[in-house]
Amino acid sequence: MATAVSQPKVTTPRHSALVRVTHWLTVVAFLALAITGGELVISHPRFYWGETGNVNMKPLFTIHIPSSRDTVPTGYGYVMPDQNGWSRYLHFEAAWLAVLTGVVYGIAGFWTGHFRKDLRPARGERTGGAYWRALRGMRPDEAGTRSYNVVQRTVYLGVIFVLFPLVIWTGLALSPGFNAVFPFFVDVLGGRQSARTLHFFVSDLLVVFLVVHVVMLLLNGFWALTWEMITGRVVARKERG
Amino acid sequence: MSPISRRKLLTGGVVAAAGVAGLAAADRMARRFGLIPPDGGGIYGPGETLTYAAQRVLGKHALAREFPRGMISKTPFMNEVAPHNDEFKRHEAMGFRDWTLTVDGMVAHPLTLSVPELRALATQSQITEVVCEEGWSYVAEWIGTPVEAVLREAGTLPQVRYIVYTAMEKDGWDSLDMADALHPQTLLTWGMNDGDLPVGFGGPLRMRVPRQLGYKSVKYVMRLTATDSMKGIGRGLGSVAAEGGYAWYSGI
Repeated sequence: MATAVSQPKVTTPRHSALVRVTHWLTVVAFLALAITGGELVISHPRFYWGETGNVNMKPLFTIHIPSSRDTVPTGYGYVMPDQNGWSRYLHFEAAWLAVLTGVVYGIAGFWTGHFRKDLRPARGERTGGAYWRALRGMRPDEAGTRSYNVVQRTVYLGVIFVLFPLVIWTGLALSPGFNAVFPFFVDVLGGRQSARTLHFFVSDLLVVFLVVHVVMLLLNGFWALTWEMITGRVVARKERG
Repeated sequence: MSPISRRKLLTGGVVAAAGVAGLAAADRMARRFGLIPPDGGGIYGPGETLTYAAQRVLGKHALAREFPRGMISKTPFMNEVAPHNDEFKRHEAMGFRDWTLTVDGMVAHPLTLSVPELRALATQSQITEVVCEEGWSYVAEWIGTPVEAVLREAGTLPQVRYIVYTAMEKDGWDSLDMADALHPQTLLTWGMNDGDLPVGFGGPLRMRVPRQLGYKSVKYVMRLTATDSMKGIGRGLGSVAAEGGYAWYSGI
């Protein structure tokens, strides 16, 4: 890390109230979705491609874990307890929280210029060199302590505008009621089982993002950065080393 | 530390008040239009109510996807079936000759129909996907009698809001709202892929609700009961599944 930067006079919060509130609502929703989603996979840890798939059909791939159903051949001599009931209830309730939060964040993000000001890489920053410098941990300029570097911006935009919409889309494509209303939602993905497999992969990418995100916090001062996301106020830089 | 400005406080107060008023209004509307499912209480109630209400507002009459004949699964999965009781075995030994469907509750003409009588009443077929909550699925042709035709014959009273369907096996019952009960694809199924409905797939009579997950398609149905409320039926949650922790509305 660079040398300690003197604490600038705080005039505006590091994160707006909108960003802070929607961030933490998303944290709650995402953790619930990831945990229950993982739990649901246990009831059928086989993935297929196309419209249909069941234990009488060849899977695209299998996750070699025990299952919570004795109808799934896993090679393990035991069956896990069934936790699907509450997992499903919580998964869909958390999905509503994620979607509603996302809608508020998305509309307000455009309205307030949050995406343009805070997340769109500056014109001069959209170069390979800028990405390389950011990856090497060098801050683009002195303003770096108060804004995101180009790699962060790109990753956040990818999570907000690619992965989250995709995970919602592929999830909705698994709803038989929703499919009745909008059949193209699942048809363009290549069928129900393709949608399920894609939902799994996109969710995995979001979990990878979460892990990297938390590792970066740990490397750069977990509590200071977390405090910023709670209160919006910048903590003295020297604490971050 | 800068104190919270008056403007912020005011804005926050207005937003919170609007939120509470909005929720109260939404709750009143949902109740008035019957958009709260029987299991719409408790910590998962808001999520379930949002899902059920959204589906009923978005596509009350939407049709489940149907597939070309060539997509019928060659290896459908019948799922495990609990060991049958003696009564079922007796019916099976007699080729289900005496299997009947009783229609009672809030109907003008309570009925008891044999499977051939059901066939004579109305016959329809559909090629739809059975979608299990676990994740697997298969496509099959389902041949049966629309529940709507049976209810028309029995004459449901205007205040009826749910149709409870009961299986032979003890504790096997579920219910549909009228949107699904009267839906043209909701069938009392007695045939599958051009043959009789095999026992493993729910024969002689299975409820098929293709707009919802497989567990709503209860096997071995013997009774339909029309009611204006789920209160007093079981624990009032609308189904055995809901009493076991699985959502009553599985159209997601």
